Amino acid sequence: MTSLPHVDPPAFPPPYPSAAPRFAPGDAVRVATGHAPGHIRTPWYLRGRVGRVERICGDFANPEELAFHRSGLPPRALYRVRFTMKEIWGERAERGEDTLDAEIFEHWLEAAEG
Amino acid sequence: MPHDGHDHDHDHDGLSPSGHPYRKDNDGPLTHWQIMEIAVRELLVEKGIATPAEITAQVAAMDARSPADGARVVARAWADPEFRARLIADGSAACTEMGFAMDGLKLVAVENTASVHNLVVCTLCSCYPRNLLGLPPDWYKTRAYRSRAVIEPRRVLAEFGLDLPDSVTVRVHDSTADMRYIVVPARPAGTEGWSEADLAGLVTRDCMIGVAVPKLPETVSA
Repeated sequence: MTSLPHVDPPAFPPPYPSAAPRFAPGDAVRVATGHAPGHIRTPWYLRGRVGRVERICGDFANPEELAFHRSGLPPRALYRVRFTMKEIWGERAERGEDTLDAEIFEHWLEAAEG
Repeated sequence: MPHDGHDHDHDHDGLSPSGHPYRKDNDGPLTHWQIMEIAVRELLVEKGIATPAEITAQVAAMDARSPADGARVVARAWADPEFRARLIADGSAACTEMGFAMDGLKLVAVENTASVHNLVVCTLCSCYPRNLLGLPPDWYKTRAYRSRAVIEPRRVLAEFGLDLPDSVTVRVHDSTADMRYIVVPARPAGTEGWSEADLAGLVTRDCMIGVAVPKLPETVSA
């Protein structure tokens, strides 16, 4: 059972816009559970967890490609996703209502219910 | 009698001729990355791409950045509501407006309120807004801080001397990709009418990471 945080959409236009973002602030998203070798910027502790998009950070070259001297292009949409501590740590959470925001690239996210 | 009392008319391992122990220095072999740094630096000089003086100047410029720069930004946000709004909307643009060189750093300013306390960590490495705050403290780069800040942030804050009531939500920011974060703490009560310079004096590096909150001088002692 997922635990989703409250998110107020940003009250200002994003300073680094994204050309064609798949998700919008407030959308529920699940972080992929997959494993891939290389320079992954998606922390292990968030894989498989469901949160809400807090804001769109912009389009950025894919760090998984950049780390191997490739261009990382086309750029990928990057989101700040908010999770509840209960969603991340379950009953072991220090305080379930506290939250955590992390930047996750679009190709690590899928739409979730909520 | 000097030192531990034994006589000094013979050689001692690890003691200087005057009888003092040698201090540890760069005694170990160079690491892989130290060797690579030296090699790249020497190649840059040999090929005429950069001079030693230019490299030294760049190191000095980075060392000159300090939390005092970030404190000026926070103080301006406290004193000027319109600047505060611009800082929250686009942190880098607001800092550039004050004359700080962001060099592509994408800064997100997150604001503490009566009901939200923000804490910044980079669990994957040690991402930090160096252009604005200078080099991060050593503890920021430790595995202990990086893992515990996301698992038990309230205990970590308590160890820093900050006990938060349950009425305050802790919002941890894991700096995982292209953004960098600065916490804008709440302006302490009792600072009405203060100058920006005096306000900036209350804002420490730890306040802008989120492991502390600004305190008036009289409440610091005790």
